Amino acid sequence: MPSGFVIRKNQYYDSVFLMGISKRIADVPGVQRNAVLMGSETNKRLLADIDICDPQIDAAQPNDLVVAVIAETQQIVNDVLRRLDEFLLGGVQVASTSNPHSFEEGLAQKSNANLAVISVPGEYAAREARKALEAGLNVFLFSDNVSIDEELDLKQFAAEKKLLVMGPDCGTSLIGGIGIGFANVVRKGSIGAIGAAGTGLQEFTSQVHNAGFGISHAIGTGGHDLSDQIGGLTTLAALEALEADPATRVITIISKPPGTKTLARLIERFKTCTKPIIGCFLGAPAKPHETGANFQCAPTIDEAVWLAIRALGGEPDSNKADFSTEERQWIGREKASWSPEQKYVRGIFAGGTFCYQSQQIFRDAGILVYSNAPLEAKNKLRDSDQSLEHTFVDMGSDEYTLGKPHPMIDGTLRKQRILTESRDPQIAILLLDFILGYNASMDPVGELFDAILEARQNVKKRGGNLTVVASVCGTDGDPQDLNLQIKLLKEAGAIVFRSNAKAASFCCELLK
Amino acid sequence: MESKINELLQGPIIVINLGLQKFAESLEAQKVEVVQVDWVPPAGGDKEMLDLLERLL
Amino acid sequence: MDIKQRIEKANEEATRRLISGEPVLVDIVPAREVIPGMRDKMITHAGPPIEWSRMCGAMQGAIIGMVLFEGWAKTPDEARKLLDKGEIRLEPNHHHQTVGPMAGTISPSLPLWVVENKAFGNRANCRQVEGAQQFGDYSDGALQGLRMWRDVWAPTLRKALHTIGGLDLKPIITKALQMGDELHNRHTASSSLFANQMAVAIAQTEYTNKDAVIGTLKYITNHELLFLGLAMAAGKAIADPARDIEYSTIVTAMCRNGVEFGIRVSGLGDEWFTAPAPVVDGLYMPGYSAEDAGLDMGDSAITETVGWGGFVIGGAPGILSLVGGTPEEALNYSREMKKITVGAHPIYRMPILGFAGAPIGIDIRLVVQSNVAPIIDTAIAHKDPGYPKIGAGLVRAPLECFKKALIAFSKKYSA
Repeated sequence: MPSGFVIRKNQYYDSVFLMGISKRIADVPGVQRNAVLMGSETNKRLLADIDICDPQIDAAQPNDLVVAVIAETQQIVNDVLRRLDEFLLGGVQVASTSNPHSFEEGLAQKSNANLAVISVPGEYAAREARKALEAGLNVFLFSDNVSIDEELDLKQFAAEKKLLVMGPDCGTSLIGGIGIGFANVVRKGSIGAIGAAGTGLQEFTSQVHNAGFGISHAIGTGGHDLSDQIGGLTTLAALEALEADPATRVITIISKPPGTKTLARLIERFKTCTKPIIGCFLGAPAKPHETGANFQCAPTIDEAVWLAIRALGGEPDSNKADFSTEERQWIGREKASWSPEQKYVRGIFAGGTFCYQSQQIFRDAGILVYSNAPLEAKNKLRDSDQSLEHTFVDMGSDEYTLGKPHPMIDGTLRKQRILTESRDPQIAILLLDFILGYNASMDPVGELFDAILEARQNVKKRGGNLTVVASVCGTDGDPQDLNLQIKLLKEAGAIVFRSNAKAASFCCELLK
Repeated sequence: MESKINELLQGPIIVINLGLQKFAESLEAQKVEVVQVDWVPPAGGDKEMLDLLERLL
Repeated sequence: MDIKQRIEKANEEATRRLISGEPVLVDIVPAREVIPGMRDKMITHAGPPIEWSRMCGAMQGAIIGMVLFEGWAKTPDEARKLLDKGEIRLEPNHHHQTVGPMAGTISPSLPLWVVENKAFGNRANCRQVEGAQQFGDYSDGALQGLRMWRDVWAPTLRKALHTIGGLDLKPIITKALQMGDELHNRHTASSSLFANQMAVAIAQTEYTNKDAVIGTLKYITNHELLFLGLAMAAGKAIADPARDIEYSTIVTAMCRNGVEFGIRVSGLGDEWFTAPAPVVDGLYMPGYSAEDAGLDMGDSAITETVGWGGFVIGGAPGILSLVGGTPEEALNYSREMKKITVGAHPIYRMPILGFAGAPIGIDIRLVVQSNVAPIIDTAIAHKDPGYPKIGAGLVRAPLECFKKALIAFSKKYSA
């Protein structure tokens, strides 16, 4: 039987430790016997007993390590002896009880990681993202306050390395059914999505789910990706990946309008895409973009959902855009309840996309709306805290969230604003959005419930009625109980829609 | 060769989460393998050192 | 190769050298015989260079003690005058392949442990460890300990050592680390393993003076920090071959003079990168408190430089009180040191951490990046001259040293 040995001079190990090493060597396939011992006289006799004899072994000292292996082939013997350090060192890393504190330490724990989710302060975010890219990981960059230059730099580097940078300021992605960041529980399917805004993607994916269809992947890009400075680097990478992805059959892109150059570049790319593409560029002028054989435009997220389903050969409920008879009856009932000075709608939004999409719907209905995040600069509120006529406030904008929790996580900011609005005698409609899903508040309606009741009470005291219109973005699979959230809203007297577009349209109907 | 992006799409995704613990928890709830990094600013936030480290480490 | 690769390669080599050290005690000799630069009226001290006037109280006291010990002055006042006039040459131990605990003071006639690193053939020296003079106590009682060492213990041990032709320290260190020593503040196991070996050697040796033999046996069997001097000499002998490797960012020395903390880095030659010596977070002997304490002092951080001391404190439950009292705290220090080192020692291991190797090879880049400074467990001297050891505790190397070194490194190698 082939055998061999090595002697390490002056390498003392405890005998119990060496027994452990011996056991590990014994587990190597083909190893018959082995001895891992210090060179004491007793031990040398043990070696002789298994026919391992050599003048070098006779000369070994009690502080010398002797390792002998008997195996089926000489190659196994040599291999084990060559790998001795692995056996001696292996499996005895200093185990850590606390979490790692740096990307490198994290990577050391999961060297096969393929995605870094980064939510560190913006000033450090680009460095961490770059480290992740260097290590070959895709990046989901939730952090904001990353400069355009840094973003471009990261995205160019990612393009070189054929990696994806979702973000910065990316709130939502769904990869193969897994929600990252703020995401709803959505069934898997064949609709792919690329989105600049988190709530836009949440609304789209939830509605696809609620319509009985599913999402392959929804890839967040961050809000600046389609600007001409960035040139849609992530959108293009995502498009290529979704085109190559066997699970995806149709691709929807949801964003604010792209920069002129970037739009041209996108449309050029769409022409060669082998899968149908639906573009939903919120806030874009009402006239349709250039379309092509495989490129259609949707003015709202709802319509993007319908187009995507149609592209799969499905048929969404044809009356989706219309209001039910019951809903139509509510319009008359609500309007009749207002006192003469009640004229305006106040939208107090948690989701930026919802604020934006609602403005577009009002614009297209010919109603002027002011906002802290307006479609056009001329409609910007002079003071974000002071509503003017019809006003939609994005409570998730930086001015409100600096050092305070985002309204999707905590209702405090919106609660205060709702009560303030209710003291304005001209308010007729309160338009709200509620967003469910991972990482959002576990009880978004409950947090505002008392404020809604109190607001309605305030208006009632003045002899009028506050019409509360709400949309809920979520699915029956979300960690929050969707039905309970809707039930609570109805208890608070709200008219509830499952889409923001529909809630906003309903408000337009109320104002006609 | 498959791009790393498509490898990601095909899954399983394996995540290093830097920062918000909630994000790691929500991934774990979805049975995703995730390492939570309790991130602290490298070099204690010393920008001069960060620049040096970028070149040297 | 880009600079990062060069650094990695250089650090790999530095760590390989640190790991492959083979320390053997080869002699016990008066300083003037083994320190080439040692002259009459010269005293070497711990830490980076410092002049007499800036020295802390404990180091001044220790130096006064050495002047008296050598008979260069009759009284402490006389000694002080000589020193004030600059008539005694003062140089750092580290500039002479030598280290010393606390004030670390060494004068020409003081016998030193001489350790040879057989893997590289270099030698390093350290003075013996005691609890009085090196802390700044220059009383006659304190000096009596030095005289006994010079006249009785050292010569007796030397003779026995020659009988056995040197003593391999690596097995002692390996076993001691598995017996609850961390080789900076706890040397109970190593001292006794050393005493066992020397007792046999003494028995094999011809002596004429039986009292000297018994006195020496009593000394080595009752001195719980005896091995610290040997561990430090071994540490220095292990660290020196890792010096002067171009592009290496590995620390090759950490030491303190009671005023400044200094480090040396392999790729940065002889330069010391210093910062004010930190305050030790400590426990005190009866009658003393933090108000009495001097700042961090001694060359003993050479033990941490080669991966012992604070780096393996998780394996030393006997001194848990130093680290706050719970085993978990001690283990966490060892885990934390893993973050700033590039290797694990294959032989020096900690059973309590699943036989994990001692963290070795401190990389200044990792220190700066992680903001985690090396942890050192150390003794505390009084702020004023004339006192023995007053306590022990934990201290972090100042990050500033590592930042300064990183800046210097970048300047040297970016051009």
